[in-house]
Amino acid sequence: MTTKSQALLNWIDERFPLTANYKAHLSEYYAPKNFNFWYFFGSLALLVLVIQIVTGIFLVMHYKPDATLNASGIPIAFASVEYIMREVPGGWLIRYMHSTGASAFFVVVYLHMFRAMLYGSYRKPRELLWIFGVLIFLCLMAEAFMGYLLPWGQMSFWGAQVIINLFSAIPVIGPDLTIVLRGDFVIGDATLNRFFALHVIAVPLVLIGLVAAHIIALHEVGSNNPDGIEIKKKKDANGIPLDGIPFHPYYSVKDIVGVGVFLFFFSMVVFFYPEGGGYFLEYNNFIPADPLKTPPHIAPVWYFTPYYSVLRAVTFPLFGLDAKFWGVVAMGAAVVILAFLPWLDRSPVKSIRYRGPIYKTALTIFIICFVILGYLGVKPPEYAFFGVIPGAPVAQLCSVLYFAFFILMPWYTKIDKCKPEPERVTFK
Amino acid sequence: MIIRMIKSLKRLAAAALFAPALAFGAAAAVDLDRAPVSMDPASLQHGAKLFVNYCLNCHSASFVRYNKLTEIGLTEDEIRDNLMFTGERVGDLMTIAMRPKESKAWFGATPPDLSLIARQRNSASGSGADWLYTYLRQFYRDPARPTGWNNVIFSNVGMPHVLWQLQGEQVAEVTEGEHGKEVKLTLAKPGLMSPEEYDKAIADLVSFLVWMGEPVAEKRQSIGVWVLLFLVVFSGIAYLLKKNYWKDIH
Repeated sequence: MTTKSQALLNWIDERFPLTANYKAHLSEYYAPKNFNFWYFFGSLALLVLVIQIVTGIFLVMHYKPDATLNASGIPIAFASVEYIMREVPGGWLIRYMHSTGASAFFVVVYLHMFRAMLYGSYRKPRELLWIFGVLIFLCLMAEAFMGYLLPWGQMSFWGAQVIINLFSAIPVIGPDLTIVLRGDFVIGDATLNRFFALHVIAVPLVLIGLVAAHIIALHEVGSNNPDGIEIKKKKDANGIPLDGIPFHPYYSVKDIVGVGVFLFFFSMVVFFYPEGGGYFLEYNNFIPADPLKTPPHIAPVWYFTPYYSVLRAVTFPLFGLDAKFWGVVAMGAAVVILAFLPWLDRSPVKSIRYRGPIYKTALTIFIICFVILGYLGVKPPEYAFFGVIPGAPVAQLCSVLYFAFFILMPWYTKIDKCKPEPERVTFK
Repeated sequence: MIIRMIKSLKRLAAAALFAPALAFGAAAAVDLDRAPVSMDPASLQHGAKLFVNYCLNCHSASFVRYNKLTEIGLTEDEIRDNLMFTGERVGDLMTIAMRPKESKAWFGATPPDLSLIARQRNSASGSGADWLYTYLRQFYRDPARPTGWNNVIFSNVGMPHVLWQLQGEQVAEVTEGEHGKEVKLTLAKPGLMSPEEYDKAIADLVSFLVWMGEPVAEKRQSIGVWVLLFLVVFSGIAYLLKKNYWKDIH
């Protein structure tokens, strides 16, 4: 480095810990050298977050959160989205990136969470890191839900109608709470405007804060790895983990490969299948919102469907409260229970590689149930597999198994026959 | 405020009342004919002509400007001379004079804006184009309806058969078949076009509606090819870079 730029860097470092931060988070952050495929999704989630924020900024320049009708009888919010699609130069690309990005975010985050479950990344000392992650997931769901109202299509309107009405099932405060959420007695302009404010300002601020906390916590405790052993236990004379390599350049160059491959699939959707077969952009959402016309089947977007299935699976009243309330409780619990994983898991090992057959079976059943719940969530309640196996009881069974995975975990992880963990990390 | 509230509640009540009927009406799966969609300029231009002559009186296409049709190979003069009948300018949107509220009173339902109709009508039964292609060919005479027309896949539709002079008059024979009600259409009175000519005309019209749903679709895909090629090269170089950096890590 030339003396001039060195002098500038010194000037900055005396006032702001630039070099110290660069070292702590990049050049001297030691990550285990045996990361595999599953470890791409953290950096990819960050990439999608950036895509969503940047495309979102450009969308806000042209989007109008206004539910009143224009001269042709089309809601202005809906028309402004089409204006972006047709008249704003490159607007279609920005919009498709944002709509595809929403689905991509959940794909990446679900795989990222699955990785944590595979290798026990939520276990001590990473409990807080995991809880920040669960909070990010919650924020993401709120963000996606509120963003989905903004195009003001039929599914935007009726999806929000269904979800907001769920809150009315809460005893005592429910009915008033729904009015606060909507800002009106029905979903309307007030709802659209407050969802807009929350979607573009409030939730993203919280989300970015949580992501920062997630990364700071990660860099404090260090990354887990596919073997689930702590590389910090074996250090060289300089205090550097023997199995650790600096994040930069090793993982920065590796993650760029992941970025390239991810963007390939992302672009395939954006440029060739932007509707994602009706799963990324629902067909009914090309129809402007009409409060007088209920669509025959209101399905949430695919990433909410596992939890939507859990909600629908509760069909019986309990303790004098109706089924809808318990459905909401079950749906909420299905997400919140994730936060307790670090304390539910009593296995002596972290990684699936050294776990016994019981945990492997339990995790497999859990994933199968999650997928089936997601599949049933896009179908109407009367759906039957192959026209013969009714979907509703299957969803109930899968919901029970979903919760059983967590509730029985302290017991089955304890009695499971685990293999011994290696001393050092392995490449498999 | 109170009046607004009551209005809102009325709306909700109406929605709740009609919801089951609608759900019932739309649940039945329909057999759709496959639409031979073509993005060939001649087809699109023919479709545009049919569209402005037969559709653009009751239906608007309020997201599309007349001069957007330059993208299907027409010049602004051609558009002005052949496709514009009132005082609009070529940069204007394809709006109509009829107000939504009035058309609602007259027809029972506002004729929908057709800018996005091909994307709206996508379903598990087939593409939006398939639906439109089937719909526009399956009108039949029904004296029980105020318009005198009914439709096989959109029963009791509010729209009369505006293309009847071209297609002629079909009558329906309803039979109880293996899969429930079956409707057989026969051409009772021939129109100006032969059935083959009519099918072709509808295919062109539907192609135009598909184009109008997303005029950028073709450009999007042609850009997409280059984007994907770039990403293949990018990922390849990135992989080589990674391999080089990692050669000493075991």
